[in-house]
Amino acid sequence: MNEAVFTTRNLTKIYLTGDVEVRALNGVDSELYGGELAVLLGPSGSGKSTFLNIVGGLDRPTSGQVTFRDQDLATLSDGKLTLYRRNHVGFVFQFYNLIPSLTAWENVALVTEVADNPMPPEEALAMVDMEKRMTHFPAQLSGGEQQRVAIARAIAKRPEVLLCDEPTGALDSKTGVIVLEALTRINRELGTTTAIITHNAAIRNIAHRVISFIDGKIAEVQVNDQRIEPSEVVW
Amino acid sequence: MIMNMLDRKLVRDFVRLWAQSLAIAMVLACGVATLILSVGAYRSLEETRATFYDRYRFATVFASAVRAPRHLKSRIADIPDVLSSELRIAEPVLIDVEGMREPASGMAISLPEFRDPAVNRLYLRRGRLPEPERSSEVAVVETFADAHGFEPGDSFEAIFNGRKQRLNIVGVVLSPEYIYAIGPGDMVPDPRRFGIFFMPEKVMSGLFDMEGAFNDVVLTAARDADTRVIIDRLDEILKPYGGGGAYDREDQISHAFLDAELDQLNAMATVIPPIFLAVAAFLVNMILSRLIALDREQIGLLKALGYRNLTVGMHYAKLVILISLAGILIGSVSGWWLGRGLTRIYAQFYSFPFLIFRQSVDLYFLAGGVSIAAAVAGAAKSIWSSVTLPPAVAMRPPAPTTYRNTFVGALQRIGVFSQLSIMAFRHLLRWPVRSFLTMLGTSMSVALLITSLFSYDSIDYMIDAIFFRADRQDATITFSVDRGPQALIAAAAMPGVMRAEPYRMTPVNLRHGHRELRMSLTGVTPDSDLSRVLDLDLFPVAAPENGVILSERVASKLKLEPGMTVEVELLERDKRLEDVTVVGVAQSYIGLNAYMHLDALDRLLRDGRQISGARISVDEAMLDELYDVIKSTPVISSIALQGVSRDRFRATIEENITTMSTIYVTLAVIITFGVIYNSARIQLSERARELASLRVFGFTKAEVSSVLIIELALIVLAAQPVGWLVGYGLSWSVMQGLQSDLFRVPLIIYTSTYATASLVVIAAAVASVLIVRRRVDHLDLIRVLKTRE
Repeated sequence: MNEAVFTTRNLTKIYLTGDVEVRALNGVDSELYGGELAVLLGPSGSGKSTFLNIVGGLDRPTSGQVTFRDQDLATLSDGKLTLYRRNHVGFVFQFYNLIPSLTAWENVALVTEVADNPMPPEEALAMVDMEKRMTHFPAQLSGGEQQRVAIARAIAKRPEVLLCDEPTGALDSKTGVIVLEALTRINRELGTTTAIITHNAAIRNIAHRVISFIDGKIAEVQVNDQRIEPSEVVW
Repeated sequence: MIMNMLDRKLVRDFVRLWAQSLAIAMVLACGVATLILSVGAYRSLEETRATFYDRYRFATVFASAVRAPRHLKSRIADIPDVLSSELRIAEPVLIDVEGMREPASGMAISLPEFRDPAVNRLYLRRGRLPEPERSSEVAVVETFADAHGFEPGDSFEAIFNGRKQRLNIVGVVLSPEYIYAIGPGDMVPDPRRFGIFFMPEKVMSGLFDMEGAFNDVVLTAARDADTRVIIDRLDEILKPYGGGGAYDREDQISHAFLDAELDQLNAMATVIPPIFLAVAAFLVNMILSRLIALDREQIGLLKALGYRNLTVGMHYAKLVILISLAGILIGSVSGWWLGRGLTRIYAQFYSFPFLIFRQSVDLYFLAGGVSIAAAVAGAAKSIWSSVTLPPAVAMRPPAPTTYRNTFVGALQRIGVFSQLSIMAFRHLLRWPVRSFLTMLGTSMSVALLITSLFSYDSIDYMIDAIFFRADRQDATITFSVDRGPQALIAAAAMPGVMRAEPYRMTPVNLRHGHRELRMSLTGVTPDSDLSRVLDLDLFPVAAPENGVILSERVASKLKLEPGMTVEVELLERDKRLEDVTVVGVAQSYIGLNAYMHLDALDRLLRDGRQISGARISVDEAMLDELYDVIKSTPVISSIALQGVSRDRFRATIEENITTMSTIYVTLAVIITFGVIYNSARIQLSERARELASLRVFGFTKAEVSSVLIIELALIVLAAQPVGWLVGYGLSWSVMQGLQSDLFRVPLIIYTSTYATASLVVIAAAVASVLIVRRRVDHLDLIRVLKTRE
């Protein structure tokens, strides 16, 4: 196994909604290893998204430690967190979050402009088979296509980690498979540490490891000896 | 009463959108306030004037003569439609006030004995009117009394026919004839240097050798009388006594100035409020269409629950009306307050015995109605879309915004602009109408500022033209009657006088076809250097041997051009008619003017060399001696001091403009803020997800805000030239409203004024963007990304 990219110790996140205290994360100890593809499973409210947000530098824990390599993310300033996201993390969201006023190519270029060592936008789009639709605006693309552009945008800066929150959540099974294929291919070819949140248990078998969340804690970590191809996933 | 659920939503929406609602309400309030202010002040001023005129029997026709016998009284009273008449003695005098170096000009007017005047009655503010037999008793007008701190019991000296006499003030009065009292040679009232006082008729006739005679007549006419007929008859009666040139109330100086002021208020009422109402309508349109887009699913749900289309439409209309009501409330209160303030300023500037602050309810209803109508009109399209939205469609998310690969793509290929800039450009072009209207709204602020600030430039230019190019003399002295050439030599010999130039003035009627104008024809010497006639480019021109030079306004009103012939009616010469060729057109900002070579005028009048007065330049060091001589020279009836006049003019105008500019700058800032703040907020609402995504990708707060700022900056920049252009147009129309026979204001706008207007607007825009920027900085990244657009 490669060395751990992320390590969390007793990671806790408490939200205050009105007077009600919600423990979204309740002492999570975990690792994500370099080059692995991990699937984060769990029902709604189990804490997996909160976990991903903290690891991705979008949110801070209430207590506990979260380190990226040797850096403690919990103590970084807003500006440092921005730089961390800019330089190390690629995000893919359920609702794509493409900029409607930019074409596919421009959406990717948006990120490559500010990255240190990006790949050309065309190359990133080619990795997700979208090079033929580069000049289209998001409104001219199907959901699956939009999500693939979002993946291209996430990987174009050659991030060390790719964090995907329900990347197939808004897609039908056929397009979902195509998106998963793009993700596994990138993980394989670029060696990008990839974490995919899903509550579709069928996807679990494409991962190296499956981390199950329940009630803000990790309930189980399962290592897949036998991984399957996305095309074999039965929805 | 339990509020229904929709109304609860309404109140909560209103509270949630408070900042944007307030911005719109403020713009509406400006419209309401300016409307109430200008119409209210107009009505107050007009009502006050009308009441004063009515109660104190202000004359409708005025005339003067050299010396007419009193027995004409019955003939004058018999002119059809004449209701009452008053024969008076009115003489210009010099006034010598202790502690005041220069002589003041004054006007002594006779009061009938043992009765009130039938026309132009006096309002007694303090003390009493002079007793018939008391030769030293006078009543002075309040402005003059106040300027010198005079009270009944005080005294001052006046020079009657060269004899100095001490006059005791027994009363302080106001006259409908001198609501706006302007002295000879002055451009604005200077109560310190111009005093009107009233003396018993018997005393006056003794002082001026007018026993059984009069030289001034005022009369009132029936309401619907044709004053032209009365004027003709009156001229006929007075003709043998050096009379003629009777004129209508419209040409009476005080009345005409008030008319000009009323016109200005009227112009303000018609030009300014519509701008605000239009901008407010646009802002309402902008935020309501956004609100309805956000409420889309709720609208679908309401309809699915069985709410009628109309109920849903009304719900949004109510929000608009609520915002309008807030605006109307703010606008009414501030309009009322400002109106009172303005009316008080009038009370100080004009001499009214009382002030009727007219605030009729209909005005508030009018302002309110117009505001609500404008706001609802702005909202109409959005409300309609909420009404017509089918519930099934509404519950689905809207189709994503489509963009086209316009020429922005070409910018892209040049590679100069970042993707963030491209985002801004595309967004700008995606909603061209909205971008255009935002730009137009912003340009209105620029225009409004230019319109309020340009008068500084125009007045500055005017002062330069009048005091430094045309009338460069230090003083103008006027003789009580025309004198022979030796008077000039005497004037030149007075202490301190370095140069003296003669002039002659005679009242005339200029006629061309059916057009006619009454004015003075001035004779000047061709070598005049102090007072010069200027051509349209402000270069001095010498009056040629023959012919007349007309000022631009006279030429255009009479439709005359050089080479044409004008008919000159000599009012002091039995209305003799002479044809004179127009030889030039001159620039002149004050009054109606016509100039001739002094020799040519002498020939026209057929009485040899006569002069009416002289323009002099004076050695400052000898002013006191000069004033002493002037005060004791019987033939000099008035002296106009250019320097004092100029300073007074500048000070008065600047005070007025500064007040107005402060108001306008506030209004412009409110518009800019309303437009830019709302645009930024709408953009932020529409693009929160986009901007949050950028933050997630690792763009800094500054970079993310730049997307918003670039777009608004482009709009604000594009608004500048448009604003300059609109500002020029508005200034032009305001200036047209200021043109009268009394004065003309040239349209001059310096570059610095355009720059100032732009800087103020840009500063206001930057301030509003900074406020919105703080929201960009605090975007909730996680929440925004989790929600579906």
